Amino acid sequence: MLLALSAVIVLAPLFLVFQYVFVMGATSLSWDFFTQLPAPVGETGGGMKHAILGTLYMVALSAVISVPIGVFCGIYLAEYGKGKLASLLRFSIDLLTGVPSIVIGIFAYILVVVPLKSFSALAGAFALSIIILPIVTRSSEEILKLVPQHIREAGLALGLPRWKVTYFIIVKGNLSGLVTGIMLAISRAAGETAPLLFTAFGSNFVNLQPTAPMASLPVQIYTYAISPFEDWQRQAWAGAFVLICLVLGLNLAARLMINGRKLKRKLEKRKAFKAQREESL
Amino acid sequence: MNSVPQDSESHVLKVKDLHAWFGDFHAVKGISVNYPKNSVTAIIGPSGCGKSTYIRCLNRIHEEVPDATSKGEVNLLGMNILDPKIDAVEIRRKIGMVFQKPNPFPAMSIFDNVTVGLKLQGVKNKTKLKEVAESCLRKAALWDEVKDKLNQPGTGLSGGQQQRLCIARALAVDPPVLLMDEPTSALDPIASAKIEELMAQLREEYTLIVVTHNMQQAARIADYTSFYILGELIEHGLSSDIFTNPKHQKTEDYITGRFG
Repeated sequence: MLLALSAVIVLAPLFLVFQYVFVMGATSLSWDFFTQLPAPVGETGGGMKHAILGTLYMVALSAVISVPIGVFCGIYLAEYGKGKLASLLRFSIDLLTGVPSIVIGIFAYILVVVPLKSFSALAGAFALSIIILPIVTRSSEEILKLVPQHIREAGLALGLPRWKVTYFIIVKGNLSGLVTGIMLAISRAAGETAPLLFTAFGSNFVNLQPTAPMASLPVQIYTYAISPFEDWQRQAWAGAFVLICLVLGLNLAARLMINGRKLKRKLEKRKAFKAQREESL
Repeated sequence: MNSVPQDSESHVLKVKDLHAWFGDFHAVKGISVNYPKNSVTAIIGPSGCGKSTYIRCLNRIHEEVPDATSKGEVNLLGMNILDPKIDAVEIRRKIGMVFQKPNPFPAMSIFDNVTVGLKLQGVKNKTKLKEVAESCLRKAALWDEVKDKLNQPGTGLSGGQQQRLCIARALAVDPPVLLMDEPTSALDPIASAKIEELMAQLREEYTLIVVTHNMQQAARIADYTSFYILGELIEHGLSSDIFTNPKHQKTEDYITGRFG
Protein backbone atom coordinates (compact mmCIF):
# COMPACT_ATOMS: atom_id res chain seq x y z
CA MET A 1 0.00 0.00 0.00
CA LEU A 2 2.76 2.35 1.05
CA LEU A 3 4.76 1.25 -1.95
CA ALA A 4 1.89 1.89 -4.31
CA LEU A 5 1.39 5.29 -2.75
CA SER A 6 5.02 6.29 -3.19
CA ALA A 7 4.87 5.06 -6.76
CA VAL A 8 1.92 7.36 -7.39
CA ILE A 9 3.70 10.25 -5.67
CA VAL A 10 6.71 9.71 -7.91
CA LEU A 11 4.59 9.59 -11.03
CA ALA A 12 2.34 12.51 -10.09
CA PRO A 13 4.79 15.41 -10.66
CA LEU A 14 5.68 14.20 -14.13
CA PHE A 15 2.07 13.94 -15.19
CA LEU A 16 1.02 17.17 -13.50
CA VAL A 17 3.87 19.15 -15.03
CA PHE A 18 3.20 17.59 -18.35
CA GLN A 19 -0.50 18.18 -18.26
CA TYR A 20 -0.17 21.77 -17.08
CA VAL A 21 2.48 22.68 -19.61
CA PHE A 22 0.46 20.99 -22.31
CA VAL A 23 -2.73 22.84 -21.45
CA MET A 24 -1.02 26.22 -21.06
CA GLY A 25 1.56 25.77 -23.78
CA ALA A 26 -0.28 24.00 -26.56
CA THR A 27 -3.07 26.57 -26.48
CA SER A 28 -0.58 29.41 -26.83
CA LEU A 29 1.24 27.68 -29.63
CA SER A 30 0.84 28.80 -33.17
CA TRP A 31 2.71 28.55 -36.43
CA ASP A 32 4.01 32.06 -35.80
CA PHE A 33 5.76 30.82 -32.70
CA PHE A 34 8.19 28.84 -34.85
CA THR A 35 8.58 31.36 -37.67
CA GLN A 36 8.45 34.82 -36.06
CA LEU A 37 10.81 36.88 -33.99
CA PRO A 38 9.55 38.43 -30.74
CA ALA A 39 7.11 41.28 -31.20
CA PRO A 40 7.91 44.59 -29.53
CA VAL A 41 6.42 45.19 -26.10
CA GLY A 42 2.78 46.12 -26.36
CA GLU A 43 2.12 44.28 -29.59
CA THR A 44 0.72 40.80 -29.48
CA GLY A 45 1.97 37.88 -31.53
CA GLY A 46 5.54 37.12 -32.45
CA GLY A 47 7.44 33.95 -31.76
CA MET A 48 10.63 32.34 -30.57
CA LYS A 49 12.22 31.29 -33.82
CA HIS A 50 15.53 32.80 -32.69
CA ALA A 51 15.50 30.91 -29.38
CA ILE A 52 14.67 27.55 -30.97
CA LEU A 53 17.46 28.01 -33.48
CA GLY A 54 19.78 29.22 -30.71
CA THR A 55 19.16 26.19 -28.54
CA LEU A 56 19.71 23.82 -31.45
CA TYR A 57 22.86 25.71 -32.44
CA MET A 58 24.47 25.76 -29.02
CA VAL A 59 23.53 22.20 -28.16
CA ALA A 60 24.97 21.01 -31.45
CA LEU A 61 28.15 23.03 -30.91
CA SER A 62 28.57 21.71 -27.37
CA ALA A 63 28.09 18.16 -28.66
CA VAL A 64 30.75 18.72 -31.29
CA ILE A 65 33.15 19.81 -28.53
CA SER A 66 32.46 17.21 -25.88
CA VAL A 67 31.20 14.06 -27.61
CA PRO A 68 34.54 13.09 -29.20
CA ILE A 69 36.46 13.86 -26.01
CA GLY A 70 33.89 12.09 -23.85
CA VAL A 71 33.68 8.99 -26.01
CA PHE A 72 37.47 8.67 -26.27
CA CYS A 73 37.79 9.18 -22.56
CA GLY A 74 35.16 6.49 -21.95
CA ILE A 75 36.97 4.10 -24.28
CA TYR A 76 40.20 4.76 -22.44
CA LEU A 77 38.59 4.09 -19.06
CA ALA A 78 36.84 0.91 -20.18
CA GLU A 79 39.58 -0.63 -22.29
CA TYR A 80 42.89 0.63 -20.96
CA GLY A 81 42.24 2.49 -17.73
CA LYS A 82 43.76 0.44 -14.94
CA GLY A 83 46.37 2.57 -13.19
CA LYS A 84 46.32 5.62 -10.95
CA LEU A 85 45.63 8.00 -13.83
CA ALA A 86 42.41 6.11 -14.58
CA SER A 87 41.12 6.21 -11.01
CA LEU A 88 41.98 9.89 -10.81
CA LEU A 89 40.11 10.48 -14.05
CA ARG A 90 37.10 8.51 -12.88
CA PHE A 91 37.03 10.42 -9.59
CA SER A 92 37.34 13.82 -11.31
CA ILE A 93 34.55 12.96 -13.72
CA ASP A 94 32.27 11.96 -10.86
CA LEU A 95 33.04 15.26 -9.15
CA LEU A 96 32.37 17.18 -12.35
CA THR A 97 28.94 15.54 -12.60
CA GLY A 98 28.12 17.01 -9.21
CA VAL A 99 29.24 20.59 -9.87
CA PRO A 100 26.18 22.91 -9.92
CA SER A 101 25.53 24.16 -13.43
CA ILE A 102 25.57 27.82 -12.33
CA VAL A 103 29.16 27.34 -11.17
CA ILE A 104 30.04 25.98 -14.57
CA GLY A 105 28.39 29.09 -16.01
CA ILE A 106 30.64 31.36 -13.96
CA PHE A 107 33.64 29.33 -15.03
CA ALA A 108 32.73 29.75 -18.70
CA TYR A 109 32.13 33.47 -18.07
CA ILE A 110 35.63 33.95 -16.67
CA LEU A 111 37.28 31.78 -19.28
CA VAL A 112 35.47 32.80 -22.45
CA VAL A 113 33.27 35.85 -21.95
CA VAL A 114 35.82 38.02 -20.15
CA PRO A 115 38.70 37.53 -22.62
CA LEU A 116 36.40 37.97 -25.64
CA LYS A 117 34.76 40.98 -23.95
CA SER A 118 31.35 39.83 -25.14
CA PHE A 119 28.64 37.36 -24.30
CA SER A 120 28.71 34.74 -27.00
CA ALA A 121 27.18 31.53 -28.29
CA LEU A 122 30.63 30.04 -28.03
CA ALA A 123 30.72 30.68 -24.28
CA GLY A 124 27.27 29.12 -23.90
CA ALA A 125 28.25 26.05 -25.88
CA PHE A 126 31.46 25.79 -23.87
CA ALA A 127 29.49 25.77 -20.60
CA LEU A 128 27.05 23.18 -21.95
CA SER A 129 29.88 21.00 -23.19
CA ILE A 130 31.38 20.90 -19.69
CA ILE A 131 28.01 19.79 -18.37
CA ILE A 132 27.61 16.92 -20.80
CA LEU A 133 31.25 15.81 -20.88
CA PRO A 134 31.10 13.67 -17.72
CA ILE A 135 27.75 12.16 -18.74
CA VAL A 136 29.07 11.09 -22.13
CA THR A 137 32.27 9.74 -20.61
CA ARG A 138 30.66 7.65 -17.92
CA SER A 139 27.90 6.29 -20.14
CA SER A 140 30.44 5.29 -22.82
CA GLU A 141 32.56 3.58 -20.20
CA GLU A 142 29.62 1.69 -18.74
CA ILE A 143 28.41 0.51 -22.14
CA LEU A 144 31.84 -0.80 -23.12
CA LYS A 145 32.39 -2.45 -19.76
CA LEU A 146 29.33 -4.61 -20.46
CA VAL A 147 31.18 -6.29 -23.32
CA PRO A 148 32.38 -9.64 -21.99
CA GLN A 149 36.14 -10.07 -21.66
CA HIS A 150 36.18 -13.17 -23.86
CA ILE A 151 35.07 -11.10 -26.87
CA ARG A 152 38.22 -9.01 -26.48
CA GLU A 153 40.32 -12.13 -26.09
CA ALA A 154 38.77 -13.63 -29.20
CA GLY A 155 39.84 -10.54 -31.14
CA LEU A 156 43.36 -10.63 -29.73
CA ALA A 157 43.58 -14.37 -30.43
CA LEU A 158 43.07 -13.63 -34.13
CA GLY A 159 46.37 -11.81 -34.09
CA LEU A 160 44.91 -8.30 -34.13
CA PRO A 161 46.60 -5.45 -32.32
CA ARG A 162 44.83 -4.13 -29.26
CA TRP A 163 43.67 -0.86 -30.83
CA LYS A 164 42.08 -2.66 -33.78
CA VAL A 165 40.18 -4.96 -31.43
CA THR A 166 39.02 -1.91 -29.48
CA TYR A 167 37.85 0.17 -32.44
CA PHE A 168 36.67 -2.33 -35.01
CA ILE A 169 35.19 -4.99 -32.76
CA ILE A 170 34.34 -3.52 -29.36
CA VAL A 171 33.35 0.06 -30.29
CA LYS A 172 31.79 -0.75 -33.65
CA GLY A 173 29.87 -3.64 -32.14
CA ASN A 174 28.29 -1.36 -29.55
CA LEU A 175 27.72 1.83 -31.51
CA SER A 176 24.00 2.04 -30.80
CA GLY A 177 24.65 1.85 -27.05
CA LEU A 178 27.18 4.66 -27.29
CA VAL A 179 24.81 6.80 -29.36
CA THR A 180 22.08 6.31 -26.76
CA GLY A 181 24.32 7.67 -24.01
CA ILE A 182 25.22 10.66 -26.16
CA MET A 183 21.58 11.45 -26.89
CA LEU A 184 20.67 11.36 -23.20
CA ALA A 185 23.54 13.74 -22.42
CA ILE A 186 22.49 16.10 -25.21
CA SER A 187 18.91 16.20 -24.01
CA ARG A 188 20.24 17.22 -20.61
CA ALA A 189 22.16 20.11 -22.19
CA ALA A 190 19.10 21.32 -24.10
CA GLY A 191 17.25 22.07 -20.87
CA GLU A 192 19.99 23.96 -18.99
CA THR A 193 19.27 27.61 -18.17
CA ALA A 194 21.69 28.68 -15.47
CA PRO A 195 24.98 28.34 -17.36
CA LEU A 196 23.55 30.22 -20.34
CA LEU A 197 22.35 33.27 -18.40
CA PHE A 198 25.72 34.98 -18.34
CA THR A 199 27.47 33.21 -21.18
CA ALA A 200 25.20 33.21 -24.22
CA PHE A 201 23.08 35.86 -22.49
CA GLY A 202 20.21 36.09 -24.96
CA SER A 203 19.20 38.04 -28.00
CA ASN A 204 16.08 39.17 -29.76
CA PHE A 205 17.29 38.29 -33.22
CA VAL A 206 18.34 35.27 -35.14
CA ASN A 207 22.08 35.00 -34.70
CA LEU A 208 24.28 32.38 -36.29
CA GLN A 209 27.59 33.90 -35.25
CA PRO A 210 29.42 32.04 -32.53
CA THR A 211 30.99 35.22 -31.15
CA ALA A 212 27.73 37.13 -30.66
CA PRO A 213 25.12 36.70 -27.91
CA MET A 214 22.52 34.09 -28.76
CA ALA A 215 19.03 33.36 -27.54
CA SER A 216 18.08 29.97 -26.17
CA LEU A 217 14.74 28.47 -25.23
CA PRO A 218 15.39 28.13 -21.48
CA VAL A 219 16.68 31.68 -21.10
CA GLN A 220 13.92 33.07 -23.28
CA ILE A 221 11.34 31.25 -21.18
CA TYR A 222 12.91 32.65 -18.03
CA THR A 223 12.87 36.21 -19.34
CA TYR A 224 9.29 35.98 -20.60
CA ALA A 225 7.93 34.18 -17.57
CA ILE A 226 9.08 36.87 -15.11
CA SER A 227 7.87 39.69 -17.35
CA PRO A 228 4.67 41.55 -16.43
CA PHE A 229 3.12 41.16 -19.89
CA GLU A 230 0.44 38.56 -20.24
CA ASP A 231 1.25 37.86 -23.87
CA TRP A 232 4.90 37.14 -23.01
CA GLN A 233 3.84 34.83 -20.20
CA ARG A 234 1.71 32.87 -22.64
CA GLN A 235 4.66 32.67 -24.97
CA ALA A 236 6.81 31.39 -22.11
CA TRP A 237 4.34 28.53 -21.70
CA ALA A 238 4.51 27.78 -25.37
CA GLY A 239 8.31 27.83 -25.17
CA ALA A 240 8.22 25.46 -22.22
CA PHE A 241 6.01 23.14 -24.19
CA VAL A 242 8.34 23.15 -27.19
CA LEU A 243 11.37 22.58 -24.95
CA ILE A 244 9.73 19.63 -23.21
CA CYS A 245 8.83 18.15 -26.56
CA LEU A 246 12.42 18.57 -27.73
CA VAL A 247 13.98 16.96 -24.66
CA LEU A 248 11.34 14.27 -24.49
CA GLY A 249 11.74 13.56 -28.17
CA LEU A 250 15.49 13.07 -27.78
CA ASN A 251 15.00 10.88 -24.73
CA LEU A 252 12.37 8.85 -26.48
CA ALA A 253 14.53 8.41 -29.55
CA ALA A 254 17.38 7.22 -27.35
CA ARG A 255 15.15 4.77 -25.56
CA LEU A 256 13.67 3.48 -28.78
CA MET A 257 17.18 2.77 -29.93
CA ILE A 258 17.92 0.76 -26.78
CA ASN A 259 14.66 -1.12 -27.07
CA GLY A 260 15.21 -1.69 -30.75
CA ARG A 261 18.48 -3.32 -29.81
CA LYS A 262 16.85 -5.41 -27.13
CA LEU A 263 14.09 -6.45 -29.46
CA LYS A 264 16.62 -7.42 -32.09
CA ARG A 265 18.56 -9.43 -29.56
CA LYS A 266 15.40 -11.14 -28.38
CA LEU A 267 14.54 -12.07 -31.95
CA GLU A 268 18.06 -13.36 -32.47
CA LYS A 269 17.83 -15.43 -29.33
CA ARG A 270 14.52 -16.89 -30.41
CA LYS A 271 16.01 -17.70 -33.78
CA ALA A 272 19.02 -19.30 -32.10
CA PHE A 273 16.72 -21.38 -29.92
CA LYS A 274 14.77 -22.53 -32.94
CA ALA A 275 17.97 -23.34 -34.80
CA GLN A 276 19.19 -25.32 -31.81
CA ARG A 277 16.00 -27.34 -31.75
CA GLU A 278 16.10 -28.04 -35.44
CA GLU A 279 19.70 -29.10 -35.10
CA SER A 280 18.84 -31.51 -32.32
CA LEU A 281 16.00 -33.12 -34.22
CA MET B 1 59.21 -12.61 -39.21
CA ASN B 2 59.51 -14.18 -42.66
CA SER B 3 62.85 -15.75 -41.94
CA VAL B 4 61.38 -18.51 -39.80
CA PRO B 5 63.77 -21.43 -39.97
CA GLN B 6 62.08 -24.63 -41.09
CA ASP B 7 62.08 -27.20 -38.36
CA SER B 8 63.28 -30.48 -39.78
CA GLU B 9 61.72 -32.44 -36.96
CA SER B 10 58.07 -33.32 -36.96
CA HIS B 11 57.39 -31.47 -33.70
CA VAL B 12 55.65 -28.23 -34.57
CA LEU B 13 55.49 -26.95 -31.00
CA LYS B 14 58.01 -27.69 -28.26
CA VAL B 15 57.35 -26.52 -24.72
CA LYS B 16 60.24 -26.54 -22.25
CA ASP B 17 59.97 -25.78 -18.55
CA LEU B 18 57.00 -23.41 -18.83
CA HIS B 19 55.91 -21.59 -15.68
CA ALA B 20 53.03 -19.17 -15.25
CA TRP B 21 51.91 -16.95 -12.41
CA PHE B 22 48.95 -14.79 -11.44
CA GLY B 23 50.63 -12.30 -9.14
CA ASP B 24 52.22 -14.58 -6.53
CA PHE B 25 50.14 -17.60 -7.39
CA HIS B 26 52.21 -20.19 -9.24
CA ALA B 27 49.59 -21.66 -11.58
CA VAL B 28 51.72 -23.64 -14.04
CA LYS B 29 54.86 -25.30 -12.70
CA GLY B 30 57.48 -26.31 -15.21
CA ILE B 31 55.71 -28.09 -18.04
CA SER B 32 57.71 -29.68 -20.88
CA VAL B 33 55.88 -31.35 -23.77
CA ASN B 34 56.48 -31.67 -27.50
CA TYR B 35 53.55 -31.64 -29.91
CA PRO B 36 53.95 -33.55 -33.20
CA LYS B 37 52.58 -32.05 -36.40
CA ASN B 38 49.00 -33.00 -37.31
CA SER B 39 48.21 -34.52 -33.96
CA VAL B 40 45.46 -33.93 -31.43
CA THR B 41 46.57 -33.63 -27.83
CA ALA B 42 44.01 -33.54 -25.03
CA ILE B 43 44.75 -31.92 -21.69
CA ILE B 44 42.75 -33.31 -18.80
CA GLY B 45 42.78 -32.69 -15.08
CA PRO B 46 40.61 -31.45 -12.23
CA SER B 47 39.32 -27.87 -12.20
CA GLY B 48 41.91 -25.32 -11.24
CA CYS B 49 44.85 -27.48 -12.28
CA GLY B 50 46.19 -24.83 -14.66
CA LYS B 51 45.10 -26.43 -17.94
CA SER B 52 43.53 -23.26 -19.31
CA THR B 53 46.33 -21.06 -18.02
CA TYR B 54 48.81 -23.37 -19.69
CA ILE B 55 47.31 -23.17 -23.17
CA ARG B 56 46.70 -19.44 -22.73
CA CYS B 57 50.48 -19.10 -22.34
CA LEU B 58 50.99 -20.76 -25.72
CA ASN B 59 49.43 -17.87 -27.64
CA ARG B 60 50.40 -15.28 -25.04
CA ILE B 61 46.81 -14.38 -24.21
CA HIS B 62 47.81 -15.11 -20.62
CA GLU B 63 49.86 -11.91 -20.46
CA GLU B 64 46.76 -9.81 -21.24
CA VAL B 65 45.47 -10.53 -17.73
CA PRO B 66 46.71 -7.93 -15.22
CA ASP B 67 49.56 -9.24 -13.01
CA ALA B 68 49.92 -12.42 -15.07
CA THR B 69 53.47 -13.48 -15.93
CA SER B 70 55.12 -16.49 -17.53
CA LYS B 71 58.61 -17.91 -17.99
CA GLY B 72 60.13 -20.73 -20.00
CA GLU B 73 60.47 -21.67 -23.62
CA VAL B 74 57.77 -22.33 -26.18
CA ASN B 75 59.35 -23.17 -29.48
CA LEU B 76 57.17 -22.76 -32.56
CA LEU B 77 58.90 -23.67 -35.82
CA GLY B 78 62.28 -22.75 -34.38
CA MET B 79 61.51 -19.51 -32.51
CA ASN B 80 60.86 -18.98 -28.84
CA ILE B 81 57.50 -17.26 -28.82
CA LEU B 82 57.75 -16.22 -25.17
CA ASP B 83 60.68 -14.01 -26.11
CA PRO B 84 59.50 -10.48 -25.25
CA LYS B 85 61.21 -9.25 -28.41
CA ILE B 86 58.71 -11.19 -30.49
CA ASP B 87 55.39 -9.43 -31.07
CA ALA B 88 52.51 -11.34 -29.48
CA VAL B 89 50.32 -10.20 -32.39
CA GLU B 90 52.48 -12.18 -34.84
CA ILE B 91 52.37 -15.26 -32.63
CA ARG B 92 48.62 -15.24 -32.40
CA ARG B 93 48.33 -15.37 -36.19
CA LYS B 94 50.23 -18.65 -36.06
CA ILE B 95 48.51 -20.12 -33.01
CA GLY B 96 44.74 -19.75 -33.13
CA MET B 97 42.34 -20.18 -30.25
CA VAL B 98 38.77 -21.30 -29.71
CA PHE B 99 37.16 -20.44 -26.40
CA GLN B 100 34.88 -22.23 -24.00
CA LYS B 101 31.90 -20.02 -24.64
CA PRO B 102 30.96 -19.47 -28.28
CA ASN B 103 31.79 -15.79 -28.79
CA PRO B 104 30.96 -14.48 -32.27
CA PHE B 105 31.56 -10.74 -32.50
CA PRO B 106 28.45 -8.64 -31.80
CA ALA B 107 26.79 -6.67 -34.61
CA MET B 108 28.73 -8.57 -37.26
CA SER B 109 27.34 -10.81 -39.97
CA ILE B 110 28.40 -14.43 -40.34
CA PHE B 111 30.58 -13.45 -43.29
CA ASP B 112 32.21 -10.58 -41.39
CA ASN B 113 32.83 -12.78 -38.37
CA VAL B 114 34.83 -15.23 -40.46
CA THR B 115 36.75 -12.66 -42.47
CA VAL B 116 37.32 -9.95 -39.87
CA GLY B 117 40.75 -11.29 -38.94
CA LEU B 118 41.98 -10.98 -42.52
CA LYS B 119 40.16 -7.72 -43.19
CA LEU B 120 41.73 -6.00 -40.21
CA GLN B 121 45.10 -7.33 -41.30
CA GLY B 122 44.58 -5.33 -44.46
CA VAL B 123 43.24 -7.86 -46.96
CA LYS B 124 40.81 -5.93 -49.18
CA ASN B 125 40.38 -8.21 -52.17
CA LYS B 126 36.70 -9.22 -52.08
CA THR B 127 37.09 -12.41 -54.11
CA LYS B 128 39.88 -13.55 -51.83
CA LEU B 129 37.75 -12.83 -48.74
CA LYS B 130 34.83 -14.73 -50.24
CA GLU B 131 37.06 -17.68 -51.02
CA VAL B 132 38.46 -17.74 -47.51
CA ALA B 133 35.00 -17.44 -45.97
CA GLU B 134 33.70 -20.37 -47.98
CA SER B 135 36.70 -22.63 -47.46
CA CYS B 136 36.86 -21.93 -43.71
CA LEU B 137 33.14 -22.39 -43.22
CA ARG B 138 33.44 -25.67 -45.15
CA LYS B 139 36.34 -26.77 -42.98
CA ALA B 140 34.26 -25.90 -39.93
CA ALA B 141 31.38 -27.98 -41.36
CA LEU B 142 29.07 -24.96 -41.26
CA TRP B 143 28.92 -23.91 -44.92
CA ASP B 144 25.80 -25.87 -45.87
CA GLU B 145 23.86 -24.48 -42.92
CA VAL B 146 24.75 -20.81 -43.44
CA LYS B 147 25.55 -20.35 -47.13
CA ASP B 148 22.18 -18.69 -47.78
CA LYS B 149 22.38 -16.30 -44.84
CA LEU B 150 25.95 -15.07 -44.75
CA ASN B 151 24.73 -11.52 -44.15
CA GLN B 152 22.74 -12.36 -41.06
CA PRO B 153 24.21 -11.69 -37.61
CA GLY B 154 26.48 -14.41 -36.24
CA THR B 155 24.79 -14.16 -32.85
CA GLY B 156 21.56 -15.46 -34.41
CA LEU B 157 22.96 -18.97 -34.84
CA SER B 158 22.52 -21.82 -32.36
CA GLY B 159 25.20 -22.42 -29.75
CA GLY B 160 26.77 -25.28 -31.67
CA GLN B 161 26.71 -23.34 -34.92
CA GLN B 162 28.22 -20.33 -33.16
CA GLN B 163 31.08 -22.46 -31.90
CA ARG B 164 31.74 -23.79 -35.40
CA LEU B 165 31.61 -20.18 -36.64
CA CYS B 166 34.27 -19.34 -34.05
CA ILE B 167 36.37 -22.24 -35.33
CA ALA B 168 35.97 -20.95 -38.90
CA ARG B 169 36.98 -17.48 -37.70
CA ALA B 170 40.13 -18.89 -36.10
CA LEU B 171 40.98 -20.90 -39.24
CA ALA B 172 40.65 -17.84 -41.50
CA VAL B 173 44.03 -16.45 -40.44
CA ASP B 174 45.45 -19.91 -41.22
CA PRO B 175 47.34 -20.79 -38.05
CA PRO B 176 49.29 -24.09 -38.10
CA VAL B 177 48.38 -24.69 -34.45
CA LEU B 178 44.88 -24.41 -32.96
CA LEU B 179 44.26 -24.23 -29.22
CA MET B 180 40.83 -25.13 -27.90
CA ASP B 181 39.82 -24.31 -24.35
CA GLU B 182 36.97 -26.68 -23.45
CA PRO B 183 35.29 -26.04 -26.81
CA THR B 184 32.28 -28.25 -26.14
CA SER B 185 31.55 -27.68 -22.46
CA ALA B 186 28.86 -25.09 -23.22
CA LEU B 187 27.18 -27.30 -25.86
CA ASP B 188 24.66 -30.13 -25.83
CA PRO B 189 25.83 -33.68 -26.71
CA ILE B 190 24.74 -33.48 -30.35
CA ALA B 191 26.48 -30.19 -31.01
CA SER B 192 29.49 -31.56 -29.12
CA ALA B 193 29.59 -34.64 -31.33
CA LYS B 194 29.71 -32.39 -34.39
CA ILE B 195 32.64 -30.44 -32.98
CA GLU B 196 34.45 -33.69 -32.17
CA GLU B 197 33.93 -34.93 -35.70
CA LEU B 198 35.29 -31.64 -36.91
CA MET B 199 38.42 -31.95 -34.78
CA ALA B 200 39.17 -35.29 -36.38
CA GLN B 201 39.02 -33.62 -39.82
CA LEU B 202 41.02 -30.55 -38.78
CA ARG B 203 43.79 -32.86 -37.62
CA GLU B 204 44.65 -33.47 -41.29
CA GLU B 205 45.85 -29.90 -41.70
CA TYR B 206 46.41 -28.49 -38.24
CA THR B 207 47.93 -29.38 -34.90
CA LEU B 208 45.32 -29.30 -32.16
CA ILE B 209 45.71 -28.91 -28.42
CA VAL B 210 42.38 -29.33 -26.64
CA VAL B 211 41.57 -28.75 -22.99
CA THR B 212 38.62 -30.88 -21.93
CA HIS B 213 36.77 -31.93 -18.83
CA ASN B 214 35.28 -34.86 -20.62
CA MET B 215 37.54 -37.91 -20.43
CA GLN B 216 35.53 -39.92 -22.93
CA GLN B 217 36.00 -37.05 -25.32
CA ALA B 218 39.75 -37.08 -24.73
CA ALA B 219 39.86 -40.81 -25.36
CA ARG B 220 37.81 -40.45 -28.56
CA ILE B 221 39.55 -37.52 -30.20
CA ALA B 222 43.13 -37.34 -28.97
CA ASP B 223 46.29 -39.07 -30.15
CA TYR B 224 48.07 -37.90 -27.00
CA THR B 225 46.77 -37.01 -23.57
CA SER B 226 48.36 -34.92 -20.81
CA PHE B 227 47.16 -35.19 -17.23
CA TYR B 228 47.66 -32.17 -14.95
CA ILE B 229 47.22 -31.68 -11.22
CA LEU B 230 47.85 -28.36 -9.44
CA GLY B 231 49.89 -26.91 -12.23
CA GLU B 232 52.10 -29.96 -12.72
CA LEU B 233 52.19 -32.40 -15.59
CA ILE B 234 51.67 -35.80 -13.99
CA GLU B 235 51.65 -37.91 -17.11
CA HIS B 236 51.82 -37.41 -20.86
CA GLY B 237 51.62 -40.12 -23.49
CA LEU B 238 49.57 -41.84 -26.14
CA SER B 239 45.89 -41.66 -25.23
CA SER B 240 45.59 -45.40 -25.64
CA ASP B 241 48.25 -45.87 -22.95
CA ILE B 242 46.96 -43.21 -20.58
CA PHE B 243 43.42 -44.51 -20.61
CA THR B 244 44.15 -48.24 -20.57
CA ASN B 245 47.45 -48.49 -18.81
CA PRO B 246 48.35 -45.36 -16.83
CA LYS B 247 51.77 -45.36 -15.24
CA HIS B 248 50.85 -43.08 -12.35
CA GLN B 249 48.56 -43.97 -9.49
CA LYS B 250 47.09 -40.43 -9.57
CA THR B 251 46.24 -40.71 -13.26
CA GLU B 252 44.54 -44.03 -12.68
CA ASP B 253 42.59 -42.62 -9.73
CA TYR B 254 41.44 -39.67 -11.83
CA ILE B 255 40.39 -41.54 -14.95
CA THR B 256 38.58 -44.18 -12.97
CA GLY B 257 36.74 -41.49 -11.04
CA ARG B 258 38.19 -42.17 -7.62
CA PHE B 259 39.60 -38.69 -7.37
CA GLY B 260 39.01 -35.20 -8.72
